[in-house]
Amino acid sequence: MMGKLSIQDLEKISQRVRKTTLLREGAGRAKITVHMGTCGIAAGARKIMSTLLDEFEKRTLEDVILTSSGCAGLCSREPMVTVELQGETPVKYVDLTPKKISRILSEHILGGRVVEEYALAKGSERLY
Amino acid sequence: MESGSIMNEHPTNRYRLHLMLCAGTACVSTQSFKIKEILEKELKKQGLDREVLVVMTGCNGFCAVGPVMTVMPDGIFYHSLTEDGIPYLVEEHFLKGRPVERLMFTPPAEDVGIPKIMDIDFFSRQTLIVLRNRGLIDPEKIDEYIARDGYQALAKALTKMSPEDIIDEIKHSGLRGRGGAGFPTGLKWEFCRKSPGEIKYIICNADEGDPGAYMDRSIIESDPHAVLEGMLIGARAIGAEEGFVYIRAEYPLATKRLEIAIGQAREYGLVGAHIFDTDFSFDIHIKQGAGAFVCGEETSLIASIEGRPPEPRQRPPFPAQAGLWGKPTNINNVETWANVPSIINRGAAWFARIGTEKSKGTKVFSLVGKINNTGLVEVPMGIALKEIIYDIGGGIPGGKKFKAVQTGGPSGGCIPARLIDLPVDYERLTEAGSIMGSGGMIVMDEDTCIVDVAKYFIEFTSDESCGKCSTCREGSSALLEILEKICMGEGEEDDLELLEEISYATKDASMCGLGQTLPNPVLSTLRYFRDEYEVHVRERKCPAKACKALITFHIDEETCRGCGICARNCPEKAISGERRAPHKIDPDKCIKCGICLESCRVFGIGAVVVE
Ligand SMILES: Cc1cc2nc3c(=O)[nH]c(=O)nc-3n(C[C@H](O)[C@H](O)[C@H](O)COP(=O)(O)O)c2cc1C
Repeated sequence: MMGKLSIQDLEKISQRVRKTTLLREGAGRAKITVHMGTCGIAAGARKIMSTLLDEFEKRTLEDVILTSSGCAGLCSREPMVTVELQGETPVKYVDLTPKKISRILSEHILGGRVVEEYALAKGSERLY
Repeated sequence: MESGSIMNEHPTNRYRLHLMLCAGTACVSTQSFKIKEILEKELKKQGLDREVLVVMTGCNGFCAVGPVMTVMPDGIFYHSLTEDGIPYLVEEHFLKGRPVERLMFTPPAEDVGIPKIMDIDFFSRQTLIVLRNRGLIDPEKIDEYIARDGYQALAKALTKMSPEDIIDEIKHSGLRGRGGAGFPTGLKWEFCRKSPGEIKYIICNADEGDPGAYMDRSIIESDPHAVLEGMLIGARAIGAEEGFVYIRAEYPLATKRLEIAIGQAREYGLVGAHIFDTDFSFDIHIKQGAGAFVCGEETSLIASIEGRPPEPRQRPPFPAQAGLWGKPTNINNVETWANVPSIINRGAAWFARIGTEKSKGTKVFSLVGKINNTGLVEVPMGIALKEIIYDIGGGIPGGKKFKAVQTGGPSGGCIPARLIDLPVDYERLTEAGSIMGSGGMIVMDEDTCIVDVAKYFIEFTSDESCGKCSTCREGSSALLEILEKICMGEGEEDDLELLEEISYATKDASMCGLGQTLPNPVLSTLRYFRDEYEVHVRERKCPAKACKALITFHIDEETCRGCGICARNCPEKAISGERRAPHKIDPDKCIKCGICLESCRVFGIGAVVVE
């Protein structure tokens, strides 16, 4: 039997569950797309995905959406992800490893600074 | 209390995709639970079961193409899912991230599928207040409702507002009853609050008796807590400590979800004594309907809860004065209650900005009949009929012509095609001879006979008349008799006036809304389609070619190639002829089933004609 709810509890439940359900609202502060074409998977994209999922579980990453999409057309540089902060140009990161993606998470997603050394060369690389 | 709650099975935020699979009644009937099982099996096989979550939601609304599923966060919408298609979908989309085009919705007359739910007209043109959580939460988990601001309105109403403030807010919002008559809700609450008496009751009317209507069922199925929260707020405003939901026995899924919702709310102390540690206590019971249409009428509904036969009684006294067990009682429709939390949360001014001068907010309609996108839609008051039928509904199937739309169920009327630009609100619909009613919308094409439509509704109401008032009982059967006569080709010239006369007498002398409104389908069709009645009576013909007694089938000699397909298919062996020579239908044997017409048409010949 559950105790009676107070108004503060309402807020707590809401905060906690929203972490799960925010995904459904389709709007996040940031979005990470892991490119999971056959080439990406062969190059280790699943590992990148599971590293991200682990990190998501460890840290409190509330409004970050993690999604997958097909091959980005640059198969030789897989695994690859696209990071999109709200209102900013998407950045593509290439030749990723679990270590690199953790750093991107801390510096770009949480810190707001593009990790230039892993990003696709500046200028023409910012597709879209 | 520790908020490590029991209600949510998914405490982690590890999932990257949520598959919002519809578990409304229509999709369940097309096997959405089987689809769930296979999805979960395939996800496991691909090692995605910890990354992708399947969520069973309430009715998504697009019932025409079920089972449907929306993939979040991207909002990719899939429809008509089959078991066979799931393995491919899981591998392509959920593993490799390539949405599967052939499962996307392609509007009639176009050939490219639309990936995103919000780009599909059926969804993008709707405005969701009552159904704001549909497809977004699992209706069986109170925590998910809370995550969408659930019970915040109740908290506000209990701690920051007096009962009078709540009533004022509802009054200023302009909310009117969604169960039929459109009575201002705030005013109704005020009557009941001011009515003398210690004990008061509130009731939620979920009897939904109109044929073809399923708005209330879907609201309860997709967001039962919204209805419950609305009732809690109403009870506080009125001063009631006990409430009832009177629900149709034919709605097992909605009843189950409501029971679960009440159980969870009770466990959280949101139903029970001293809610949020205030002096407000409330308990609620579910009562299953007794099955008759008249049970939805408030006084018979009350009689039914009390265990008496469900017969209406004279008003006044109104339920607000003497209702359940003689106590002041406030009764509102499901959709009315479900509007309340949003109004309290977002304010009367916000609500009043939506809609027209005297009709505020949105209305949920069930769109059925000769329409491409059958389903449940929520639209702002004042939207043009045309937008509902063509933009949201996708128009009429088979390239047929739109003839009329029936609104308001058996108490409503038919609106002809030439009024297609009519804005849909309480006033305009009444002026046009119909009513808003509870939200049934039946679309008719050129093959629908208008006399037959009137007959259908009168058949229903004469069957459902409780018989207490002779005008209702006798009036409805007299109307039915005349309509049957006209459809049989035995109508007489003065029958049309007689129909009108009986209609007015029935309206004037019946005690409850059933008798007072049952003639509306007759009167409105006479108003707009009198010529069609006249052709039936004078020429003994049915222009829509629907009344069997008034049509004959024959074969055009010039066109017939003598292939014999019609003769082979005729169940009565009424067709004969030599091979490669024109065939003939024997009118004495013909039962006018139309099978010959269909088979001739399918073979592209078109020699069978109806006149
Ligand atoms: C024959 C008859 C059937 C009715 N059936 C229903 C019904 O199924 N559901 C409903 O909400 N109201 C129905 N009503 C209207 C109710 O009497 C009552 O007006 C309504 O529940 C009030 O709620 P509202 O003010 O929120 O619309 C019916 C009325 C009549 C005359």
